[in-house]
Amino acid sequence: MTGRVVVTGLGVAAPNGLGSDDYWAAVLGGVSGIGRITRFDPTPYPARLAGEIRGFDAAESVPGRLLPQTDRMTQLALVSAECAFADAGVRPEELPEYDMGVVTASFSGGFEFGQNELRNLWSRGGQYVSAYQSFAWFYAVNSGQISIRNGMRGPSGVLVSDQAGGLDAVAQARRQVRKGTRLMVSGGIDAMLCPWGWVALLTSGRLSTSQDPARAYLPFDAEAAGHIPGEGGALLVLEDANTAESRGAPRIYGEIAGHGSTFDPKPEAGHAPGLQRAIDIALSDAGTRPDQVDVVFSDAAAVPELDRIEAEAITKTFGVGAVPVTAPKTTTGRLYSGAAPLDLATAFLAIRDDVIPPTTAVSLSGEYDIDLVTGSPRTGKPVDVALVLARGQGGFNSAVVVRKYES
Amino acid sequence: MSERSVAITGIGVTAPGGIGTKQFWSLLSEGRTATRRITFFDPSPFRSQVAAEVDFEPMLRGLSPQQERRMDRAAQFAVVTAAEAVEDSGLEFELVGPHRIGVTVGTAVGATTGLDTEYRTVSDAGRLELVDHDYAVPHLYNYLAPSSFSAEVAWSVGAQGPNTVVSTGCTSGLDAVGYAAELIREGSADIMVAGASDAPISPITVACFDAIKATTPRNDDPEHASRPFDRSRNGFVLGEGAAMFVLEDTGHAKRRGAHIYATIAGFASRCNAFHMTGLRPDGREMAEAITVALDEAKVDAGGIDYINAHGSGTKQNDRHETAAFKRSLGTRAYEVPVSSIKSMVGHSLGAIGSIEIAACALAMEFDVVPPTANLRTPDPECDLDYVPLIAREQKVDTVLSVGSGFGGFQSAMVLTHGGGSAA
Repeated sequence: MTGRVVVTGLGVAAPNGLGSDDYWAAVLGGVSGIGRITRFDPTPYPARLAGEIRGFDAAESVPGRLLPQTDRMTQLALVSAECAFADAGVRPEELPEYDMGVVTASFSGGFEFGQNELRNLWSRGGQYVSAYQSFAWFYAVNSGQISIRNGMRGPSGVLVSDQAGGLDAVAQARRQVRKGTRLMVSGGIDAMLCPWGWVALLTSGRLSTSQDPARAYLPFDAEAAGHIPGEGGALLVLEDANTAESRGAPRIYGEIAGHGSTFDPKPEAGHAPGLQRAIDIALSDAGTRPDQVDVVFSDAAAVPELDRIEAEAITKTFGVGAVPVTAPKTTTGRLYSGAAPLDLATAFLAIRDDVIPPTTAVSLSGEYDIDLVTGSPRTGKPVDVALVLARGQGGFNSAVVVRKYES
Repeated sequence: MSERSVAITGIGVTAPGGIGTKQFWSLLSEGRTATRRITFFDPSPFRSQVAAEVDFEPMLRGLSPQQERRMDRAAQFAVVTAAEAVEDSGLEFELVGPHRIGVTVGTAVGATTGLDTEYRTVSDAGRLELVDHDYAVPHLYNYLAPSSFSAEVAWSVGAQGPNTVVSTGCTSGLDAVGYAAELIREGSADIMVAGASDAPISPITVACFDAIKATTPRNDDPEHASRPFDRSRNGFVLGEGAAMFVLEDTGHAKRRGAHIYATIAGFASRCNAFHMTGLRPDGREMAEAITVALDEAKVDAGGIDYINAHGSGTKQNDRHETAAFKRSLGTRAYEVPVSSIKSMVGHSLGAIGSIEIAACALAMEFDVVPPTANLRTPDPECDLDYVPLIAREQKVDTVLSVGSGFGGFQSAMVLTHGGGSAA
């Protein structure tokens, strides 16, 4: 029931790198994937920058039959699942069918696919709506398609808690491994960069309208003024530690050691927000003391009030400047349900290489008493335990503790 | 840590044919149907023109004008239905403390109705490819991210524990409650306000099911359009609604002398890994989910008193499901009554799994098995006891409820009668 659950494979799709090697090199090199939107003409809109994945050719990587049936986010998810399996050295067709499951986080579903069919409906008529619409756009599509493509018939699911959902999904996958499922694929991949998605995101009131890619997404900076959306995310292969060892997994990135999830009080209630409580629950679940944590991957909202809440939660838990904090998502933008899984992947790469990737472009505001890693990667100390934080609009808070695996 | 058990201590239902749990149960026990010609928009351009609509006045159900404005219809359902469940539970939420109360809302298609309406406006009926943000409603983001549903419920009931939306298509309503029960069992929460809501009756949803002929074209007889297990069945009838529950650690419920409707004794979900919409006729993955759920509940096939079927009324589903019951329950499948309430309230996608859990809890409460309405011509491929037309009075202590959905998800839940008030 409380067996250790480890990650043995990573599949990464990020605006600054497809695949974990390219992504990791970009993050360490401070290479950003944020730029002016090319997928549609952003000129009419107040926000015009995004983290787009360039150079992804779905036709090369996804069976032709699936192309007209799938949104871009599903195509990216299928490819990322394949990468994660390959990285884990697992051939799913060789595992018992009910011993593999998939739990993904979702946010907006296949929104671009939905946009195109809504356009068909309203401009041409109902009979022009695609036969694939009923299952290409809904929130469950990535879990469904990944399970079908890989013959996974075990316990599966889909969770949506805005940007915090990626951590909740991985926690649910961990639950299934603890209950006896041998292998789970979990995480999230999002992509909703289309005019309709853009207009919906604009109403969040949290998008940066900066036109300068180098100064657009600045969490914990005095000039923080919203975030840049991006597309992508990560899928992880989770296994029971003993199973991974006994099959001779090529590598064990580390352990999903603890999880905590809370919800903020109603905005007007005036009570303390729930982020710190999520951190406490996750640390306690992991059996980890704050002084054992080597790095915090922050949510990094880049909205001053939210940055303050996060900095305070970190400071109250760890002490002033007592733990390095970073936000490599400044190089990708916020990826919604894909963001936290990508941060988990990043944390495991940091543990693997004992290096903390930097928060790019930001100069830390004097208002926050945190040790933000900026400029270049920080090396010289082992990175054994990382805390990953994620928040979603509305009041969702989740925290996951990951740690280096010692057999 | 000893495994905790999970009780249903409060029920709220918003379903076609009447608001609230009482009217819902009257409809089911009397075998009446709530399907009709679509009134929300002119359905004449569509192949399927019938649906099970809820007559719903948000203000009369206690929503403020601003709540009404910022929430999609499905979120409104979730909030008012959660309020009914909380009131029914008799639980003083303030005494529990908000940190130990979580929320899970299942939904298959989220705010699809709101998105459909708003897209039409910002695109000027599809004319503009670059949709016009000046015409976007300020709360459009809440429609984009369906997690706004569980956020709204948390605000309305005062919950600050784990909070998420579960969205596994048409098994969402079972999966959301199964997930919530798991959180109580492992100790992450003591109380979960859990259930599901969907309000999909909009042109885009009707069109997308038309495109694959999943919904019935029986437009000349809306009241008898949903015909699960009948030889003449030719598709499901779209529905809408919500059911929400107060789930509670059984020990907690007993200590406060709560009325316990049912215990969630077993739950399992499997994938068919076959096709996004197609089902293999042998029902093997649903059978596997049933077997695992029964194991978890420590109930054998002979112990089941009633099966609440997915029974959507499509050719392939009803055949698939009948095979799954036979495969998992053997000869018991021929003895136990099976029924589909979708014959009366339609198929509300992600919501229906929770609405069916409510039906199961009430069946145990009143010792009545709800019927399958409109089942007049038996189908040789569906040869079980589907309780045609008329409800049946019998002892109901253990029930199995199943769901099957796009994406290949197959879920099964076993509920046992809680034995009523522990006081």
